[in-house]
Amino acid sequence: MSSFPWLTTLGAVPLAGAAAVAALPKEKGELAKRVALAFSVATLGVAVGMATQFKKGGDRFQFTESHQWIKAFHINYGLGVDGIALVLILMAAVLMPVVLLAAWNDADEAQSAGKRSVRAYFSLFLLLETMMIGVFAATDLFLFYVFFEAMLIPMYFLIGSFGGPQRSYAAVKFLLYSLFGGLFMLAALIGLYVASGKHLDASTFDFNTLANAVASGQLGISPGLAKALFLGFFVAFAVKAPLFPFHTWLPDAAAESTPGSAVLLVGVLDKVGTFGMLRYCLELFPGASRFFTPLVIGMAIVGTMYGALLAIGQTDIKRLIAYTSISHFGLITLGVFAMTSRGQSGAALYMVNHGLSTGALFIVAGFLISRRGSQLIDDYGGVNKVAPKLAGVFLIAGLSSLALPGLSSFVSEFLVLVGTFERYKAVSIVATTAIILAALYVLWLYQRTMTGPLKAGLEGMKDLHAREVAAVAPLLALIIGLGFYPKPVLDVVNPSVKTTLSHVQKQDPAPAVNATQTLPKVDSK
Amino acid sequence: MSVLTLLAAAPGPITPTANTFTAPHVEYRALMPMLVVFGAATLGILVEAFLPRAQRYWAQVGLSLAGVIVALGFVIANHGMAETAAADAVSMDGVTLFLQGTILALAVLAVLLVAERGTAAVDLDAFAAQAASAPGSGGERAAEAAGLRSTEVFPLMLFSIGGMLLFPAANDLLTSFVALEVLSLPLYLLCGLARRRRLLSQEAAMKYFLLGAFSSAFFLYGIAMLYGYAGSVRLSEIATAISAAPHSDVLLLAGIALLAVGLLFKVGAVPFHAWTPDVYQGAPTPITGFMAASTKVAAFGALLRVAYVALPGMRWDWRPVLWGVAILTMLAGAILAITQRDIKRMLAYSAILNAGYILLGVISTTAKGVSSTLFYLAAYGFATIGAFAVVTLVREAVPGRDATSDADDVPGSVGGEATDLSAWAGLGKRSPLLAACFTVFLLAFAGIPLTSGFTGKFALFTAAIDGGAWPLVIVGVIASAAAAFFYVRVIVLMYFSEPLADGPVVVVPSPMTTIALFVTVAATIALGVLPQVALDLADKAAYFVQ
Repeated sequence: MSSFPWLTTLGAVPLAGAAAVAALPKEKGELAKRVALAFSVATLGVAVGMATQFKKGGDRFQFTESHQWIKAFHINYGLGVDGIALVLILMAAVLMPVVLLAAWNDADEAQSAGKRSVRAYFSLFLLLETMMIGVFAATDLFLFYVFFEAMLIPMYFLIGSFGGPQRSYAAVKFLLYSLFGGLFMLAALIGLYVASGKHLDASTFDFNTLANAVASGQLGISPGLAKALFLGFFVAFAVKAPLFPFHTWLPDAAAESTPGSAVLLVGVLDKVGTFGMLRYCLELFPGASRFFTPLVIGMAIVGTMYGALLAIGQTDIKRLIAYTSISHFGLITLGVFAMTSRGQSGAALYMVNHGLSTGALFIVAGFLISRRGSQLIDDYGGVNKVAPKLAGVFLIAGLSSLALPGLSSFVSEFLVLVGTFERYKAVSIVATTAIILAALYVLWLYQRTMTGPLKAGLEGMKDLHAREVAAVAPLLALIIGLGFYPKPVLDVVNPSVKTTLSHVQKQDPAPAVNATQTLPKVDSK
Repeated sequence: MSVLTLLAAAPGPITPTANTFTAPHVEYRALMPMLVVFGAATLGILVEAFLPRAQRYWAQVGLSLAGVIVALGFVIANHGMAETAAADAVSMDGVTLFLQGTILALAVLAVLLVAERGTAAVDLDAFAAQAASAPGSGGERAAEAAGLRSTEVFPLMLFSIGGMLLFPAANDLLTSFVALEVLSLPLYLLCGLARRRRLLSQEAAMKYFLLGAFSSAFFLYGIAMLYGYAGSVRLSEIATAISAAPHSDVLLLAGIALLAVGLLFKVGAVPFHAWTPDVYQGAPTPITGFMAASTKVAAFGALLRVAYVALPGMRWDWRPVLWGVAILTMLAGAILAITQRDIKRMLAYSAILNAGYILLGVISTTAKGVSSTLFYLAAYGFATIGAFAVVTLVREAVPGRDATSDADDVPGSVGGEATDLSAWAGLGKRSPLLAACFTVFLLAFAGIPLTSGFTGKFALFTAAIDGGAWPLVIVGVIASAAAAFFYVRVIVLMYFSEPLADGPVVVVPSPMTTIALFVTVAATIALGVLPQVALDLADKAAYFVQ
């Protein structure tokens, strides 16, 4: 553990970038883009630098910082990352420059129409990055909540100011759903705080203190209260993730926002939901988590199938991708609540992979849509004849989304299903059919848009140019790289998962005879 | 000061034995804030009577500002005081000092807003040229043509402020009543002095007066009942009487109920809230801001004192009632606010909603409850004054659109305030800075983190859960969610909607409104980001002296 404040630095770089971009004169749109990109690349650099300092066998939380913030409520500015938070922060840091590159010209039209400025668009992205880093890095529950809520504001303006025709409606729906969930979390947060004051020496918001006190039985919240508090947190995370039946805001928000915002919304913001379930719900309320597991598993499996089925029926490309995400979030939740080390490692890995593959899918879909100006699947056809590179990239992103072996999502989806199978065989079998549905919606989408005779109006469609290739190339490289060699991520994630499981007091079920050899060796350490 | 000294002698049964009059000892230092404000108010009347018209405005502004600032200085100098003054009629304790400080700080801002008369380019006078002339009459036109200005608003405000300072400090019910009247009567008048939409304004004043008079009567009747029960109007003696004879008594219960009507009317809690939207809408906007912020502070102070000093022994009786009132207030405030089309009415319902939140602090009956109430009152007060200050600056572009105004023929005049929500569309594009200010206040009302409203709500909810009132917190959370909808709607309107073609103009005010806006925005953000100092202050102030 070095004394260098890595996490604060990491959050401060994009914040400084946001301020710098916002301070540029309005007409210097191009400069704003370059400055924003430079800051996001610098953030990525800091993030990678930090990751190299992460000690795999070290303390659970590393790069910790703690400063008193509001003494009256025992609130600290407490930062620190465990393995899961680290990989999610890295994912966010990777996605940001990619998104900026992909969103290069999104705001030009609005600026030339005299409505909104390019600098605002890019400044909001960087501001959002600070919040995203903060929300994963916070180890003080109050600070987490602050970032959790504050994150909504830049996202809200990104959707509401720069999206499609229904953007205002979508932005408000997004904000209200999230605020509603967040308020329940606030109530639970206060409840937990008050309860901690009754059982511990002093009320606290420090996650480590609380989790350890819960694990050691020192913080003996009554089961009824624990259930209520669990639900408070869970509703907030279920709305954020989003889990069936709290999902209806996502298709609107994703379809109406620009592709860049959609990537961050689905790729990073929504991960806070599953991340929160894994870290906060399970560790703070282990008993209640076990109690509600059947319910959550039920919601997850319904969401998985429902999202997949609805995705098949969509006519709008971005809505389709949004529904596939609902399906995938069902699977991630399944992995989290299967309470096996494979399931949870898979879920953690899935969060990263989903960010990469869905991010790539949204970005390529955005390239496609910007060329034709329509989000409707019916307006496309035979694109691979005029834009083979675009079609190829779209295919790879799609295949990753349907979890083709060799691409990153496969590993995580497989782990989730195996992890679930160890405990809930029937559920796992049903969930596996979602993979077949995934093949259906992805391949059918590809077939309708990319193959067949060229649709009228698509003649002369340009293929990907250098900037667009630069935007997707890192994602594709990671998708393929992690598909073949997920070990670096799993090595970092596994110790955190082990701690979580030990806090929930769940052991992996004893493996069935002969089954051990066929399972991948996840817990190699 | 004759009122005060007379009263000071009043509490307790009067015994006819003493023939010699002994003057009560008066603790001047403790009473100084009130003495200064009342003194300035009295001087203000003399100014009004003897100074030539041309010099009155600046004299009044200077006098009022000096009065409240000096009084604020005395409050600060009195910090840590714990004594009763004026023959135990007034108790100067932490709660009193904190609330007096808050009221005076808010009053400084309110005076600045009331003093706003616009610049050379625009005329922003919010008050009727001559209050006595009937709306639409020749007298009104003549007064306007002559460029008359209402300057009597300043002494009226000072009297009201003085009453507000006394109300939370009153240690016996009779002093409470006098304070209530001193704070209310000038407010009734001030509500009717709007320059534009004068009929609406006068209607509001009438409504406020009638309902206020009713509630005062309830309050007074409650005092009589409690006097009948305890044989004293002193809060501490009522508490002693209750603890000596803990059985419920019709006089006691009826007295508490009637007293509560009077107090809950002033804080604007459901079901005594009906006046709020009409009065807030009709009153001149600077007065609305002043009233919404400071009256609430004073009234909650009085409610706290009565509940915590006089009636702690009856808390198992009044708490369930307040639970019901709080739930109704929060839900009604949030739900009715959603349906509003007028920004001032919306803010009025938001004020009702906030009264519901503050009741959570009162209900918790702990020191934390008191300190969180104090903090929330301060946080809410600043945001409210700021929000109404913004409202004063968004004006109809076409002068004379409001039918009852004749101001359009005066050169340099703008239209009335554009309070219809639709007129606020696209304000973010027209005037980004003002829209940003208003957004800060709305976010604070909605309780978004890093604003004062969040810290305040957090403190209140924590205190309530600590006191076992978790169902109230659940209702509070649901109400917050509903409230977020209408606050966010205004933000959407300002930023995401296209401005109307004949939309409002945003006027550039004189430095006075600008200062008030700046201070309120800064306070709203500071109390959200670094609230420790204020929280400490509220914590230290959470003690009563009987």
